[in-house]
Amino acid sequence: MDFGKNNKPVSILVVDDEFSVRDSLTKWFKEDGYRADAAADATEALKKLKPGVWDIIFLDIKLPGMDGMELQQRIKNIDPNATIIMITAYASVDTAVKSLKEGAYDYVTKPVDPDYLSHLVTNVIKQRRLLSENIQLKERIQELYEIDQIIGESPAMSKVFDLIKTVAPMDTTVMIKGESGTGKELIARAIHSNSPRRFFPIITVNCGGLTEGLTESEFFGHEKGAFTGALYRRKGKFEMANGGTIFLDEVGNIDPKSQTDLLRVIETKQFTRVGGDEVIKVDFRLICATNRDLELAVKEGKFREDLYYRLNVFSISIPPLRERRSDIPLLCNYFLKRLASSMNKPVTGFSSEAMEQMEAYDWPGNVRELKNAIERAIVVAKGFSITVEDLPIPPSLKTVPEDQSLEAVERAHIENILEQMGWNITRSAEMLGIDRATLYHKIEKYGLRK
Amino acid sequence: MGDLSSTLSNIFKLPVFFLQKSFSLKEGYDGVRNQFNSTWILSRLLEQLPDESCKLLGVTSVDLYVPVLTFVFGEAQLEGKAAVVSSYRLRDELYGLPKNPERLKERLEKEAIHELGHTFGLIHCRRPECVMYSVTYAEEIDFKSKNFCDVCSTILQGKKDSS
Repeated sequence: MDFGKNNKPVSILVVDDEFSVRDSLTKWFKEDGYRADAAADATEALKKLKPGVWDIIFLDIKLPGMDGMELQQRIKNIDPNATIIMITAYASVDTAVKSLKEGAYDYVTKPVDPDYLSHLVTNVIKQRRLLSENIQLKERIQELYEIDQIIGESPAMSKVFDLIKTVAPMDTTVMIKGESGTGKELIARAIHSNSPRRFFPIITVNCGGLTEGLTESEFFGHEKGAFTGALYRRKGKFEMANGGTIFLDEVGNIDPKSQTDLLRVIETKQFTRVGGDEVIKVDFRLICATNRDLELAVKEGKFREDLYYRLNVFSISIPPLRERRSDIPLLCNYFLKRLASSMNKPVTGFSSEAMEQMEAYDWPGNVRELKNAIERAIVVAKGFSITVEDLPIPPSLKTVPEDQSLEAVERAHIENILEQMGWNITRSAEMLGIDRATLYHKIEKYGLRK
Repeated sequence: MGDLSSTLSNIFKLPVFFLQKSFSLKEGYDGVRNQFNSTWILSRLLEQLPDESCKLLGVTSVDLYVPVLTFVFGEAQLEGKAAVVSSYRLRDELYGLPKNPERLKERLEKEAIHELGHTFGLIHCRRPECVMYSVTYAEEIDFKSKNFCDVCSTILQGKKDSS
């Protein structure tokens, strides 16, 4: 049996006013394991048509009421991805050729040779599968070249783009600084994708999520039996990044022992797996990111000074969204177009009040929070435009508070979200577009209580 | 016919009875095509069904067609009661080759099993050796076996158990 989209059996609709044609074709397709149905005229066919329901549509050129050519256009409007094959009598071959020009895949002349029909359907399925794979590959390639996904025309972002272009072709270690949600990983991927190492992997390590005991094994891998639970030999992230780039996110969070290990591997470009004695040489480019003030951490003795200077060779600071408000409309429209299309919702714009409020809001969770807010707004939006009511901006913050300091705004916003979410930390963190650890840190910082 | 009955009985592991009945095919004949409508024959066969628990296979030597196709070797009701199979296009002499009664017998047996398989709800199989493999040329029939593959056998057993 052949499968179409979402691993469902290939679906075929036969539209023909002759009962015997509908009956024999649907029988033939069902015996082949396809999902087949029929319609006697255009009205019945249009009732059965919904986007994505039919992979292949066999369409008689001569139908009562609306003819096949006109129906072909209607089908293309409803489901442009359906493959249309026209059914003709000898007399209507000219019309069939015209239908090919209008986008039909092929035509069959009644009566059709079983072998021809069988090959035709097989070829359509193969072609549809290739098209679908092609789309998936294009999406993956787009992910690889994520510089296109970094949106901004503000002077602050233009400077960031210039820095990316300058540093990408070199092998220099890069430190990306920016608040949570500003897109540090996107910048790292953009640097990698525009570097000579782009044909090798970029391996991301979220250092914020590593416990002290696990970091060494995560960085350098381990041999079988190195510790309880080490049932197999495992490659570490540095080994996996060989030839490519290793991106250490939240690098400020790594423990002192791992800081020493990291310094050694940066200097020597070699290491041994945990529990092993084989020296492994690796060739990698290092990019790291932090939302912490590492200079302060060095002064406080929490971060090794020598490591800091090794990491901070070329620094890129990403401005928070509130410092590049002119980019907000651009980002809003970009996310709206991308998300509405993937969610299949006919939302096409923002009301002017909604846009004003989004431009006025401080977005403590930065671009990630903005993206989440738009995604949520698309879900709840009832019309073609997103209105103020659709936005998850807390009511108290929709107007500018008296104390306009960043801290006051952030504190009030976090408090508001926590109240809205009944102090559910996971959901509040999601809504704010920050991780749970950062939210705990903010709760502690502002002394918030339930 | 005796050979065909015993082959079907062996393959399906069910009793097979030979019914000597005949009816005129005149109404199912298309003079322009010089062929017989297999769907019409199926409807006539259903009228002859001796018992609701039976499957009825019609065997004929006339050339069969369904209206949208140039010809068919046979036709069956998917998960139904009746099937028909024709020896007309299975004969080597139709393709300018010498008569080969043994090959014709084998082809007819395979197509009879194939069409009856459809009446048990089996669809076409992708394994070329399986009798449910779909063929559009007579010589392709020679490449498949009389047997159901493991997957089709399991499905067939399930259908038999549930009926």
